[in-house]
Amino acid sequence: MNKKFFIPLIAFAALAGLMLFGLSNDPKLIPSPFIGKPAPEFNLPRLDKPGETLSVDDMKGKVWILNLWASWCVSCRAEHRVLSDLIAKEKIPTVGLNYKDYGTEDYGDAAKQWLDTLGNPYYAVVIDKDGMAGIDWGVVGVPETFIMDKKGIVRYKFTGPVYQEAVDKTLIPLLEKLRKEEG
Amino acid sequence: MIPEIGHFALVLALSVALVQGVFPLWGSFTGKLQWISMARPAAFAQLFFLVISFACLLYAFVSDDFSVLYVASNSNTQMPTIFKVSALWGAHEGSLLLWAMVLAGWGAAVAFFGKGIPSLMLARVLSIMGLICVGFMLFMLMTSNPFERLVNIPLQGRQLNPLLQDIGLAIHPPLLYMGYVGMSVAFSFAMAAMMGGKLDAAWARWARPWTNFAWVCLTFGIALGSWWAYYELGWGGWWFWDPVENASLMPWIVGTALIHSLAVTEKRASFKVWTVLLAILAFSLSLLGTFLVRSGVLTSVHSFASDPARGLFILIFLLVVIGSSLLLFAFRAHKLKSTGTFSLISRESGLLVNNVILMVMAATVLLGTLYPLIIDALGSGKISVGPPYFNAIIVPLALVLFFVMGFGFYLRWKKDSIERVLRKTWIPLAAALLIALIVPWLMTSEFNIKTILGLFAGSWISLSALMWILSLGSSPFKLPLATWGSVIAHIGMAITVVGITVVSLYDSEKDVRLEQGQSYELAGYTYTFKNIESIKVDNYSANRATMDVSQNGKLITTVYPEKRDYGPGAMPMTEAGIDAGFTRDLFVALGEQLGNNAWSFRLYHKPFVRWIWLGGILMGLGGLLAAFDKRYRRVRRRSLQVSQRDTQSEQTTKPSSLSGASA
Amino acid sequence: MIPRLFIIAFTLLLFASAQAVKIEFHSFENKQQEKLYLQLIAELRCVKCQNQNLAESNAELAKDMRDKAYQIIISGGTRDDVIKYMTDRYGEFVLYRPRFGLKTILLWVGPAVFLLLSLMFLIKLIKKQQKEPVAPLSERDRESVRKLLDSKDT
Repeated sequence: MNKKFFIPLIAFAALAGLMLFGLSNDPKLIPSPFIGKPAPEFNLPRLDKPGETLSVDDMKGKVWILNLWASWCVSCRAEHRVLSDLIAKEKIPTVGLNYKDYGTEDYGDAAKQWLDTLGNPYYAVVIDKDGMAGIDWGVVGVPETFIMDKKGIVRYKFTGPVYQEAVDKTLIPLLEKLRKEEG
Repeated sequence: MIPEIGHFALVLALSVALVQGVFPLWGSFTGKLQWISMARPAAFAQLFFLVISFACLLYAFVSDDFSVLYVASNSNTQMPTIFKVSALWGAHEGSLLLWAMVLAGWGAAVAFFGKGIPSLMLARVLSIMGLICVGFMLFMLMTSNPFERLVNIPLQGRQLNPLLQDIGLAIHPPLLYMGYVGMSVAFSFAMAAMMGGKLDAAWARWARPWTNFAWVCLTFGIALGSWWAYYELGWGGWWFWDPVENASLMPWIVGTALIHSLAVTEKRASFKVWTVLLAILAFSLSLLGTFLVRSGVLTSVHSFASDPARGLFILIFLLVVIGSSLLLFAFRAHKLKSTGTFSLISRESGLLVNNVILMVMAATVLLGTLYPLIIDALGSGKISVGPPYFNAIIVPLALVLFFVMGFGFYLRWKKDSIERVLRKTWIPLAAALLIALIVPWLMTSEFNIKTILGLFAGSWISLSALMWILSLGSSPFKLPLATWGSVIAHIGMAITVVGITVVSLYDSEKDVRLEQGQSYELAGYTYTFKNIESIKVDNYSANRATMDVSQNGKLITTVYPEKRDYGPGAMPMTEAGIDAGFTRDLFVALGEQLGNNAWSFRLYHKPFVRWIWLGGILMGLGGLLAAFDKRYRRVRRRSLQVSQRDTQSEQTTKPSSLSGASA
Repeated sequence: MIPRLFIIAFTLLLFASAQAVKIEFHSFENKQQEKLYLQLIAELRCVKCQNQNLAESNAELAKDMRDKAYQIIISGGTRDDVIKYMTDRYGEFVLYRPRFGLKTILLWVGPAVFLLLSLMFLIKLIKKQQKEPVAPLSERDRESVRKLLDSKDT
């Protein structure tokens, strides 16, 4: 017997371990590089108060949520209830970033109708017409939800529609923790 | 009823494969001749049932039987019959059935043509192939049954993905599968050799033609896939380093190494352990590719519907097949003693260098393909590894390989001297250098090191191959087919290299907006947008533009780029208008309508792009010629007489007098 | 049955990104800018797609990212500016040419190391087998055996 003849077997064992890991891994989930960094700036017109604008700076000093959504997005509809409940329960100021919501003659008509029928849980809704603010926040696909602390640092990102279990197990504990932190 | 027959035939094929996988193997160790002799009939029976099963699914497709889920998901009544047929292997379940049938086909072919192989060896080879097929059929029946019925029968099926409704993609997958699965023959031969603990020149002669055939199928399959991507995706690209492409490239590279290593094992009784390992690796990489493509572990443009249950099954299958073969290798490889000794400058050494470079290339492709997964597994986030990486590593390696390749023809077995080889090669070497320096200067009047290197590699390989065959002295018609095959395949490689070099460095593209009657000039050709019309074909409707291309005021050709609509639910498709030529392709893709008369177009000038696939065809032809060399037929007839003796003597074989140095 | 059909429908969507050419027109101040732009969109990955670069993808996000790259270049930005902008937002995932660093050292150096090790092993092996005693059966013997076997029926 010769030890070197075992090399291929050992290499394959390592490969097999890697593949086993791969099976339980989602290659499409990209972590946000913003975690632990200051929230990207924007200053956008508001959908709910035409003529006014809102910037990230306006949210300084409090724990807040940024939720990217669009009326054409099916999963946004799916998360709307869960998100609204969370906002109502935690009284957390939440900015809705209405992402590339065209398709109607006047921009925002579909979005306004959406909010009218489903309810508007947002503290403010801002318009990102050309998607450039979305890119600044590293959007991959709506819905996406970010949580910022009092210092304006991004602390968490949720990709895809938020669901009740994630709210109870992750989001609420995190929000309570962030609220206790120094501003 | 027919689908049930197909399903039942599949179950029968599985039972036969089980018998084929267990009894002959068992018999080969216990010496039960009846069990050994079951191998061949079982191989034929297995193919028979799989053909029935396949035919039933085919019938379901052609007769639009939408009660079968798989048919309803991939075919509809409006598709032309040819695409109904190719839809059979257009998705996961059916392509597995094709895999299994092709595998059984290889098994039956080995059983049919392998009459001369000692029955003990043949029994083991067929048993191992049977066991592999058991895995595939179990996979199908447990997770991906193509015959599954629908309770609510739809009136119309979904259609085959429009991208796949194309003749190139109708034949590309079967060829690739033939290649992947064909590597199982060499694999099984290697396993059988390790079980017997004996590997001689005759073994290499049995294994070589099969390996060649499999390699030829892979070569054609890959070339066809590349050509398809070129004309169908509308980007004029021909290789993307996508995980799926890499999955086909790795077995090809290792298969290439195996072909060369087998030559040494046959002629010089050397590299035995290495040859066996390569045979295992070539097939293992084919299986690994299947896993990567079908489990959703990596993101690829071509990925199948991913399903964790399927992924887990293939992983277990992989563990069993590859794990057991490498385990056998670890414990038995030392039995395979190589005898031929050789010096540092010899054909053996040259082929070893070839093998080393090829293996480093294959390892690089594997590393690059899996690296994002490795980084992810280490918890270091997500990264991507794409074409810039692969090009940066593979191209220099390939250049070294090509440089060595040219000398390889002239190297003598066992011992040679540098002076002698240089005496033989200085003419092609100097000529290639001259061509590489002068031709680009004349054509472009600029100095580009990449062009020079690429052209040098191409002309060096082809000149050296040509001069070698001329130097052999005898009439070209008296030379063995294998010699011709080798020269043609290497020249094919040279042509591909030149094509890749020129098209990568000198292609031009432009996005333009043209109104009817307007022209645009690119790379010396004037493109004039004449008109656009709507057409309707069976399975799609399209806008088709007419575009005249002229050079120096003279009309050269008219191309008809299309934008096709395959109906609701399908995205519009681009069908490029291509004028193919020996030295250049003119490639026009139609974009969108921009206002009344204006449309957007993407124009490409692709010099020498055809050479990439032309070289691929030559490589395949060369491999085919080599596989038909008459010495493989001779060995078959000859060993017919010795097979009986082998069967009886193997159990008592002592380390034979042939043993000496080990590799 | 429904979930299965859903999976199939989903796969078809995955393929969708590979279709129909989308053509845009950008004008540049000079050739270098255009070259840089084309090079960058070929080396940056569309984060939403399966495995496509920005140049080949028709996804909306890819178009937005192309536009962003164009804006940066046209306002005088360099290659590094674009890459920094994209990696700040999407991480190293967007780079098809992985950066050289601790994380990727095995990737970039691995092939060279592997090549050197194999060549060293190769030379050692060739030297070693030369020193071993010559096989009892000489080449001439074996050749004659082979001839004998081959000539039996031809």
